[in-house]
Amino acid sequence: MSQPRIIIVGGGLAGLMATIRVAELGVPVDLFSIVPVKRSHSVCAQGGINAAKNLKGEGDSTWKHFDDTIYGGDFLANQPLVKGMCEAAPAIIDLLDRMGVMFNRTPEGLLDFRRFGGTLFHRTAFAGATTGQQLLYALDEQVRRFESEDKVRKFEGWTFLSAVIDDGGISRGICAMNLKTMEVRTFPADAAIYCTGGIGAVFGRSTNSVVCTGSAQSALFQQGAYYANGEFIQVHPTAIPGEDKCRLMSESARGEGGRVWVPKQPGDKRRGKDIPEAERFYFLEEWYPKYGNLVPRDVATRAIHKVVFEMKLGLAGDPAVYLDVSHIPSDVLDRKLEGILEIYEKFVGVDPRKEPMKVFPAMHYTMGGLWVDNENQATNVPGIYAAGECEYQYHGANRLGANSLVSCIYGGGLAGPAAARYSRNLDKSVDSTPASVFERERVRQQDITDQLLHQQGSENPITIWRELGDVMTENVTVIRYNAALTKTLAKIDELEARFKKINLQDRTQWANQTLNFARELGNMLVLARAITMGALERNETRGAHYKPEFPDRDDKKWLKTTKASYLAGRIKLEYEPVDTSLLPLRERKYTATK
Amino acid sequence: MPEKPFIVRVKRQQRPDENVRWEEFEILYRPHLNIITCLRDIAERPFTRAGRESTPVSYEANCLEEVCGACAMLINGEPRQACSALVDDLEKPIRLEPLTKFPLVRDLVVDRSVMFENLKRTKCWIPIDGTYDLGEGPRMAPARQEVGYPLSRCITCGNCLEICPKVNEHSNFVGAAIVSQVRLFNMHPTGAMHAADRLEALMGPGGIEDCDNAQNCVKVCPKGIPLTESLAAVNGQVLVHAAKTWFRGRD
Repeated sequence: MSQPRIIIVGGGLAGLMATIRVAELGVPVDLFSIVPVKRSHSVCAQGGINAAKNLKGEGDSTWKHFDDTIYGGDFLANQPLVKGMCEAAPAIIDLLDRMGVMFNRTPEGLLDFRRFGGTLFHRTAFAGATTGQQLLYALDEQVRRFESEDKVRKFEGWTFLSAVIDDGGISRGICAMNLKTMEVRTFPADAAIYCTGGIGAVFGRSTNSVVCTGSAQSALFQQGAYYANGEFIQVHPTAIPGEDKCRLMSESARGEGGRVWVPKQPGDKRRGKDIPEAERFYFLEEWYPKYGNLVPRDVATRAIHKVVFEMKLGLAGDPAVYLDVSHIPSDVLDRKLEGILEIYEKFVGVDPRKEPMKVFPAMHYTMGGLWVDNENQATNVPGIYAAGECEYQYHGANRLGANSLVSCIYGGGLAGPAAARYSRNLDKSVDSTPASVFERERVRQQDITDQLLHQQGSENPITIWRELGDVMTENVTVIRYNAALTKTLAKIDELEARFKKINLQDRTQWANQTLNFARELGNMLVLARAITMGALERNETRGAHYKPEFPDRDDKKWLKTTKASYLAGRIKLEYEPVDTSLLPLRERKYTATK
Repeated sequence: MPEKPFIVRVKRQQRPDENVRWEEFEILYRPHLNIITCLRDIAERPFTRAGRESTPVSYEANCLEEVCGACAMLINGEPRQACSALVDDLEKPIRLEPLTKFPLVRDLVVDRSVMFENLKRTKCWIPIDGTYDLGEGPRMAPARQEVGYPLSRCITCGNCLEICPKVNEHSNFVGAAIVSQVRLFNMHPTGAMHAADRLEALMGPGGIEDCDNAQNCVKVCPKGIPLTESLAAVNGQVLVHAAKTWFRGRD
């Protein structure tokens, strides 16, 4: 039998880990990425990676990590794989350490751990405040080593357009576009693993990178893959609002003792550092005495909204609160948080070592994503696997901070060998797939591109994208009302109609970024609809999904996974039960120890 | 008081083999703008200042918080990241050009793959035995981590190559970024076991000897990496290694 071939789309943490595991099994990998993989969005992860190594004598355990994760996710995650992830986490940290990640150390030379949201344990290993960057680089280096041994071929500067699916409904490869030559081409593979990350661009300005459009997930969804729990969107409580993006100020700032507050006096015009202690309202500490500033993100975000919009206590009347680390000694800040303080200083021009930072919540992460099975990251389409933020498995209704890096590496590590096994056991390898199957998909994709290049419309893709982002951020993030969600769907109808009339203003066939963006935008609109429909349908409050009209969790009706499917332009929602076989359901509240 | 619009001049080149032209765009002033927002504004309304219809400017960008390295370009003649270049701090009109030491793709996009190739050539990785569970990594003194961590923040932006007089058509000097990575891997307890391989890759043409100590690199590094220290340290390692090899002869 001939050697199987595996394609991996996306070179962030999940994609690189999958690549390493497949290459290690002796199966050749073709790795596709829009950007050089070293520039993937994983670089933006700041605070750290969770693993219950219990190096601080606190009695932490992988079971407690598992419990915190399920509880933090409001019991929506299927439990067995989450347990698997938490059990694997300590060995994942060891592996990363062996790969040379410059984790912070204790005086004894051991790994240091910090606290993060939604737990009372020091469970987060970290490399300054640029942990994602450090982990990505470590995996990037290992992949480069495999590349030098000809076990991995990189296709950087290619964007994924669609899967090649044969008449039996089996994935046989991908169709991709070269971002320099604009060539549309198909690539055969027995299995493909998608690690295409987040969807921030659907919300316009988020903490995500430019490439996080969700375009690949959406394309697969439109080709028959289920999209699960799309309505669960994490809004991070502390980011610097900006016109191009919102820059994250990591939860680790609070893990190291940072405090969130507003002046007690509404509209107080004094500078933050001039406001005396007694005139400050530390609302998280007051409302959540046990977890304080380290409540989970959805809880902190809603608290900030309440303080700003209901209590009208935003800074000088603006939508902002203080995140304050100025009481922490400078040398500690420089050793543990330099990466983020530098971002604040560079982009805002104020030194957070001396003055409190002004922050506000911003869209940050999608808990939802491609549906995968409970075992090995397989989607419902044979031959298609998914890992990392683009799939839905690990975080339920709300992700705990520092769990994303571990879920990427764990999921990628499962998907790689699973795809290799699947490929080796195929009755008919991709070599027997008729050329016409590939040509059909290539022509379909080339036609979409040609249509966009040639149409003479009046609409600008960036304008449509900005409007989409505005309406999604306003209605489908922190607080959701059914009337507003219905209006959002109508707005998406309007934007889709206008999208048909876009004018690229660049019809060249060389490094045409507008063409690529327009293709992504078409996919973003579909994903936006699936997310909004899921939010409209789910009449309860659970984790990050908050509906004032339905303020309680409703396990009887809604302890289930949303599965969206797409057929002939229509989206259908169906539901499946959640596997809660390991931990009993409990009310989720952070006002006291759970 | 509403500020006046300001002007951004962009060096345009449709393809590597086509003519260069400069175009001027007028951007509506808002506080806290960066160069990325300017380029997006142009993409939304790609008309020059003279009112002529143009095309959106091609440029690279990803994280927008100066940690991915994508958006390096010449801004008012200086190599830097477009995301952290704030309009309020820049002299107007603002001048945007592509980096010059790398092959041009289009407009502000260049091909920096040579840097990744050189990381490969210099074996910048820790050669682990496998991803299976082999227990904990080597212990490391906090003081050593504090030297290594800043080096590992290199974002491969290419600014240090752009500014280096020894990176030119007559020399293949790998540049400070790569040398600094060699230092990082050579100081790691496991990486040190294979230091010789990396040092040998830095001997000969394009290697460490090509550095003539202009010390420009350290000034343009957006991450403040002590590149000149790295150049000196690796130069020392190469000399010691060369001497050892010479004494050892063919054993």
